[in-house]
Amino acid sequence: MTHINIASLEVGQEIGKQEFWFTRDSLVRYAGASGDFNNIHYRDDVAQAVGLPGVLAHGMLTMGAAVQVAVDWVGDAGRIADYQVRFTKPVVVDAREGAVVLVSGKIAEIDAENKIVRVDLTATFNDTTVLGKAQVRVRL
Amino acid sequence: MVNPNVQGKKYPATQPYLVGREKIREFAHAVKSTNPMNLDVFAAQAAGYDDIIAPPTFAVVIQERSLTTVLADPEAGIEFSRVVHGDQRFIHERPIVAGDELVSELEVASVKSLGGNSMVTFETKIFDVNKDLVCTAISTLVVRGAE
Repeated sequence: MTHINIASLEVGQEIGKQEFWFTRDSLVRYAGASGDFNNIHYRDDVAQAVGLPGVLAHGMLTMGAAVQVAVDWVGDAGRIADYQVRFTKPVVVDAREGAVVLVSGKIAEIDAENKIVRVDLTATFNDTTVLGKAQVRVRL
Repeated sequence: MVNPNVQGKKYPATQPYLVGREKIREFAHAVKSTNPMNLDVFAAQAAGYDDIIAPPTFAVVIQERSLTTVLADPEAGIEFSRVVHGDQRFIHERPIVAGDELVSELEVASVKSLGGNSMVTFETKIFDVNKDLVCTAISTLVVRGAE
């Protein structure tokens, strides 16, 4: 059971927003947890050598953090039935300042019969959208 | 360039991956989850799960094991240093639970050419020990062409 009553929801309704602060430490932690040790995510010299604007956050870290907005709304990570994103722009993580990604979620579609709600996420870094077509299907 | 003939190629199932409780917690902290289902056994059990469940993107860890095989396949000709992650999707039949033993089977769903780059889409099906489908992970990699 969930605390959300599907009949009370409206398309366009905001479900929440969060600010994620990624530092180089966050990237190292994600590398270890996920097993993605591509060194463009922690070495400035390598990032520079392959022509990147700097060390980048793993796209999968941004994806994994962004969905928490929907998870916190529904209260149970197990209710995320389907989740997709397109990686449109990189998140450059400064060695000192890190990077702040703002994520917000809105209800985009309500399927009352199957008790599935589609939440669309918006994720921005420096006022630029970094995830495209970020859609979460939540089982209520 | 990526060999277009690998479209439709299937790779054999990986060795079983045992999902550990602490691995889930480690991953949950890394993606900044504070959801009790990912962290607290009692909360997860109260919600009807056998143990803590993994965050929605945890399946990437399993997908990665299949992808490694493809990236090492000389027939596919994918040069890892030229790879950029284009998009990603996870379709869950049920959440991944601590204690699960999972295997993955990967198929190259499509290989497309777009302005000197290749776009390769992989479909990885993740099964539990009962051979029930747990998650389908779909990933598109953009492989930049040589300058």
